[in-house]
Amino acid sequence: MADKTYDVIIIGAGVVGSMVARFLSRYKLDILLIEKDSDIGMGASSANTAIVHAGYDPKPGTLKAEMNVLGNQMFDQLAGELNFSFERRGDYVVAIGPEEFTKLEGLRQQGLENGVPGMVIINGADVRRREPNINPEVSGALWATTGGICDPFGVVVAAAENAVVNGVTLMTDTAFQDFIVEGRRIVGIKTNRGDFNSRWVVNSAGLYCDEVMHKAGVRPEFKITPRKGEYYVFDKAEITINNVLFPVPSATSKGILVTTTVHGNTIIGPNALEIDDKEDRSITREGLDEIWQGALNLVPSLSLRYSIAEFAGLRPGGNAPCANLDVKYNKDYIIEIPKEVDGLVNLGGIESPGLTSSPAIAVRVVELLEGAGEKLEEKPDWNPIRRARPRFRDMLPTEQKLLVENDASYGRIICRCENVTEGEIVAEIHAPIPARTYDAIKRRTWLGTGRCQGGFDTPRVVEILARELGVSPLEISKKGKGSEFLVRPTKDKEAE
Amino acid sequence: MLKERYDVIVIGAGPAGLAAAIEAKKTGAQDVLVVERAQELGGILQQCIHNGFGLLIFKKDMPGPAYAQHFIDELAGLHIDTLLDAMALNVTSERHVYATSRTSGFLELDTRALVLAMGCRERTRAQIALPGTRPAGVYTAGTAQRFVNIEGFMPGKRFVILGSGDIGMIMARRLTFEGAKVERVLEIMPFLTGLTRNYVQCLLDYDIPLQLQHTVKRIIGNDRVEAIESVQIDKQRQPIPGTEEIIPCDTLLLSVGLIPENELSRKAGVSLDPVTGGPFVDEKMQTNVPGIFAAGNVVHVYDLVDWVTQAGLLCGRNAAQYAIAERKHHGRRVKMKAGDNVRYVVPHVLDKESLAESAQRLQMRVTLPIEEPVWVEVMNGEERVTRKTELYVRPGEMVNIDIPQSAYDAVQRASELSVRVVRR
Amino acid sequence: MAHEHRKFICITCPRGCALDVTLEGEVVVQMEGNSCKRGIDYVTGELNDPRRMVTTTVRVRGGVHPLAPVYTESPIPKPRIFDLLAVIRKVELKAPVKIGDVVIENALGTGINILASRNIPVKSEAS
Repeated sequence: MADKTYDVIIIGAGVVGSMVARFLSRYKLDILLIEKDSDIGMGASSANTAIVHAGYDPKPGTLKAEMNVLGNQMFDQLAGELNFSFERRGDYVVAIGPEEFTKLEGLRQQGLENGVPGMVIINGADVRRREPNINPEVSGALWATTGGICDPFGVVVAAAENAVVNGVTLMTDTAFQDFIVEGRRIVGIKTNRGDFNSRWVVNSAGLYCDEVMHKAGVRPEFKITPRKGEYYVFDKAEITINNVLFPVPSATSKGILVTTTVHGNTIIGPNALEIDDKEDRSITREGLDEIWQGALNLVPSLSLRYSIAEFAGLRPGGNAPCANLDVKYNKDYIIEIPKEVDGLVNLGGIESPGLTSSPAIAVRVVELLEGAGEKLEEKPDWNPIRRARPRFRDMLPTEQKLLVENDASYGRIICRCENVTEGEIVAEIHAPIPARTYDAIKRRTWLGTGRCQGGFDTPRVVEILARELGVSPLEISKKGKGSEFLVRPTKDKEAE
Repeated sequence: MLKERYDVIVIGAGPAGLAAAIEAKKTGAQDVLVVERAQELGGILQQCIHNGFGLLIFKKDMPGPAYAQHFIDELAGLHIDTLLDAMALNVTSERHVYATSRTSGFLELDTRALVLAMGCRERTRAQIALPGTRPAGVYTAGTAQRFVNIEGFMPGKRFVILGSGDIGMIMARRLTFEGAKVERVLEIMPFLTGLTRNYVQCLLDYDIPLQLQHTVKRIIGNDRVEAIESVQIDKQRQPIPGTEEIIPCDTLLLSVGLIPENELSRKAGVSLDPVTGGPFVDEKMQTNVPGIFAAGNVVHVYDLVDWVTQAGLLCGRNAAQYAIAERKHHGRRVKMKAGDNVRYVVPHVLDKESLAESAQRLQMRVTLPIEEPVWVEVMNGEERVTRKTELYVRPGEMVNIDIPQSAYDAVQRASELSVRVVRR
Repeated sequence: MAHEHRKFICITCPRGCALDVTLEGEVVVQMEGNSCKRGIDYVTGELNDPRRMVTTTVRVRGGVHPLAPVYTESPIPKPRIFDLLAVIRKVELKAPVKIGDVVIENALGTGINILASRNIPVKSEAS
């Protein structure tokens, strides 16, 4: 059907797809970014620990380790250009008791091998001084000064928005169905919204990347096994942890953290449970108990009374062996142009530290395209800067006053716990990537994330969305079609 | 037009806030302001369209809005300022209030007495850590009540209600009236948590089943609620295996408790009782911060609105008396200001009546040395209250001057006195 | 005549007394559990002519809200509640609505009026 031929189609607008779009938008390319969900960042990127990892954890020699360290180094410039919240405040791997302390040096050595700068082992007294709430049995910690925290949704929104402003076309509610192939060359894709021609296709489908690559006949043995991680979020007025605290890792997992966020809330989690269903983000009693016990080991003074939210995320864990066959590891990232077909850039198994790695992966994709003979010519008018929109909550009273004087809609608070204003909501609805659902607004503004969990703001947000989009409140949904809030007017024939 | 300083500012225009504002004004507070975040007065009563209000105060069974209207009308006749659709963002212990609204902009107000009447909020699914998916269709009973009764929309067709609190039971009847099906009310406790008469007239009357010692084991459905799984629990609140039941529904309503809403109180330095979740108060409903009072569900959760009103009246009366005393007291006080070549003066404030008992000594340091005779003068504007001579002054040597009792009348006229050191 | 025992929960006030009633036909001969004499009136009413207050909403055109809350001036016969709701559902008022306005006079011929329980002012163009 489509006459137009894109240069690149990117499948999946999570943090990796959005970052690839942003870095490719620098060049004279016609790019289409498709997303099966109603908004960007709703898959693996929708729930994680929001940490920019230092890079001592992945196994040396893996692509994971390389991308982690390179990605971490890019975050200062990236946050500066894209204006998302990022704080390089360092992180701690906390040893409880003398035996765990002996493991810290090994972790530091592994970090050094991966090229992580700025790691120091400190003693228990130093840890207690920096984090008074820590388990008093603390024996020491590996302090990784390059660790950081960020607004994970902010990263996705900022990257995708910058891509769109620089000419990338984004289509949401658009699901990949199959490749269109001529000979051994991929020339386009079929979607639920029609066919699209393209010279290149980037598979950044996250949890579904295995299904996408199989459609191209690539790596039939590769399989994504979603690994669920559950979390608790605490009321920032009640519980304050100042740092990112990891336990000493086990063989299988980085363990259950206690960490602060850029929004000031303490969160704990995640556990790691392998499941089959790629959409199962349900929380379980057993999972919550597990993370609670794990967190208490680091910070015994936590109280469940002050939990204000629980959520679960899915890590797209793969089974790809490390490209360097000397390294025995079978959960590595895939970043390749596969030999089986032409025209595909294949990304797979981008689980944690995927958020940290995403800019490095994007740069690697650019390099792969260049290596494949693609002549990438820079746009003279490419704008790397994406400005952040005002956030009332983060302002001083004098700044708030000015903002309200300038636009009265910033004077009306819609979310009472997080102090999100009508002006901010309206701005997101009309942003380059419009927020059209409640959750889309929530991810961007942090509305509804506080102690009342949307009880106060939901009717107001429904009203504002309906007004701004020019539709009935009955059409307003939580996260896309099928998740509408309301079913009919109170006074309706159906009530008979 | 709003004033910059009020005798009494009341935060919240629900039953507690309305009563407090009315009583404060009637007690003699000159300027009273009510700050309300909704677009109209009355608070949650406006969505509580059921009857059962006013039996104590009006000896009459009234619907919630009618009960509220009585106080709204009374308030309107008393020239009390209102600030609607406005959020109080912050309150300091000095009773400096930051508020914002679309129509009035960003405001900074001062008040002699402050009444906290923010009410309470509903416990959410997160606070009871309800397992399962996170789809649309999980509402607190109060949010659903607002949609149905005020906004004019039904949030679902088939409901399960968790919690036998009054709002939950009242919503069960309300939804039935509007053609929805309420499949079940589940209560984790072995007894009803709301009023017995609501069980009779909201559930029994309409054959809505209530299951005690039952809870929601998990929520099912990715986009919208498709069902919930219920389970019976034993005396230790542990699920009893084999009692699970899948109940198809599109909406889960939660009526699982209320929590006093004290985020502002905390910012003002008000100490909270961990048991009630509300401020510690004395018999005047005054918190630990002088001049900050609290009334209604912000203090502890009531079951009858009439009692909330009574608490509001008591609180408003005491807040007004505090403001009146403060005003009077304030009129008796005179600020001391450092004038020419004076770095500071102690005391900073002087009670004018103190001169009736004795002379009052002021102590100060000069900014620059003067090595010749000077006047140390206490001035009320251009009027000299008293003065003395010093042969020289130096910053390293403290200077004293007494205001004599004979200056009593002159001091009464002042609101501020300045002290200066000038060459003779 | 045989005595019959029945249990009621009085809903006259929030106390909600659990009443143990001994009946002879439809006459109360003995009652236990009541805290005041209103319990007797309640049971007599439940036996002969059970009634309930009904509160609901009606549509309003041009008001600050799309609905106005209404209530029965006095309790109406229980069996007629859903008939009454069907009638009320068809009503649409025009703003302004005043508290106490008679929305339906002599509803269903019961002699009971349906009244508005609050003011609904006209929605101004500006807002």
